[in-house]
Amino acid sequence: MIDALSSLFIVAGLGFYLAGSIGLLRLPDLYSRLHALTKADNLGLGLLTAGLALHAQELLIALKLILIWLAVLAASAASAHLIAQHVRRRETSS
Amino acid sequence: MSELVAVSTLVLMFSLFLGLLRVVRGPGAGDRMLAMQLIGTTGVGLLLLLSLMLDQTALIDVALILALLAAVAAAAFTSQELETGDD
Amino acid sequence: MNTTALLALDALLVFSLLSLAVAALATHDARRSVILFMAFGLVLAVAWGRLMAPDVALAEAAIGAGLSGALLLAAVHEQPRRALSGDSRPGHNRAHSSFKVALEWAVTLLCVAVAGVLAWALAAAFDRTPKDVLAQAVSDNLAASGVSNPVTAVLLNFRAYDTLLELAVLLTAVLGIMAMGPERRGYRAAGPVFDGLVGWLVPVLILMAGYLLWVGAHAPGGAFQAGATLAAAGVVLRLAGQRSAGLPPWRLLHLTVAAGVVMFLAVGLSLLALGRPFLGYPPAWAGALILLIETAAMLAIAATLVLAFLGGRPAESHLNFSKEKRQC
Repeated sequence: MIDALSSLFIVAGLGFYLAGSIGLLRLPDLYSRLHALTKADNLGLGLLTAGLALHAQELLIALKLILIWLAVLAASAASAHLIAQHVRRRETSS
Repeated sequence: MSELVAVSTLVLMFSLFLGLLRVVRGPGAGDRMLAMQLIGTTGVGLLLLLSLMLDQTALIDVALILALLAAVAAAAFTSQELETGDD
Repeated sequence: MNTTALLALDALLVFSLLSLAVAALATHDARRSVILFMAFGLVLAVAWGRLMAPDVALAEAAIGAGLSGALLLAAVHEQPRRALSGDSRPGHNRAHSSFKVALEWAVTLLCVAVAGVLAWALAAAFDRTPKDVLAQAVSDNLAASGVSNPVTAVLLNFRAYDTLLELAVLLTAVLGIMAMGPERRGYRAAGPVFDGLVGWLVPVLILMAGYLLWVGAHAPGGAFQAGATLAAAGVVLRLAGQRSAGLPPWRLLHLTVAAGVVMFLAVGLSLLALGRPFLGYPPAWAGALILLIETAAMLAIAATLVLAFLGGRPAESHLNFSKEKRQC
């Protein structure tokens, strides 16, 4: 039962990761590629860690996995904003 | 379950490879940095899967460090230096 | 299924690493090659994880993907927008070009020859049945070493002398950095988004450094990884406009940078004075002594890396708690 749920989460997470990469490749410009990036970060990693946390041997490991997800969420949100802002500033000033 | 983890590793590695295409191609430095962020998150996912597959819990620590340091890399790219004269 | 998946994973990893390396070197844009090098470090960290070397993966993730990237990006910023291959002044180069071409060919052939010899040696090593002599020796003596992580035992106990000399090399590097002149230009104060990131990232990085230092005794971690993580915290502070980058005031900075070597020598010499061999820890005290040395080493490594990012001597008024700052 836990196996089935965990497998479901992992497969769903993989789907979002692939969607993120394909979006990064196919979308026309930087600002739209940003959206593809965040899908992988939020839902891709989130579902993956949910699936792996169900399989964790100890509670501590499951908590660490969730901590990783939260750190990536906060860090990638800020990073994506900073990169886009930097590029925008370059574009409007030149 | 272990076959699923093994196949997932392959799928994530393929996803990472797609991100690499953008890093190499991406017309501007901004595209490259954005792709770096994606590669970083994919690397985190890969390390988490590998920790389960190879039974190495230390790889979870590696994933955490990778996540944090990828943010540092993005910050280094975007920070603007002071003009000469400011102090 | 597992082994074929691993094999396919290895093939993809090798291909990605090689193509990243070729792409990073084959470009004329400095910024592009730096970012490709950062991506290379990232994939390499995953490769170390796959090879079941978590200590190296930790170091690669902290230094290769994060810190070297920041360092190189700051260095590239300094240069004007210009191709890596140098400016092409007509005429002057033509007289030297044939010599240059011959030199490039010679160097390329030499590199290919060295790579070939290494590949042959590696293949030959795989053919022989493994004897595991070194691994056996380490595991036999692990109980008396004071720690249970074999990597830390080798670094800080069995081969402690090597680590002492490595720290001395780092200290020499600091002397070189100080000799380069005053620090580079600082950065603008952080905007609200970056400020928010720094508000949680720096404390988390400092906590992670302490965690890695502590956990190094029984799991992958240790002074080098902790030092690199602590340095990343200082680099983030500097990027956000904090001129001090977390460094202590001048006299204390000198002590911090030398702390690794000083602590090693202090422990070694006092053991010598007590009649034991240099750096020969008594088994009962080994764990505590190793932790003491690792703490000092972590601080030294962090200070060294932050100084490397600063790019020169930090100005006295910029450091934390300095007298001049209080006057303004």
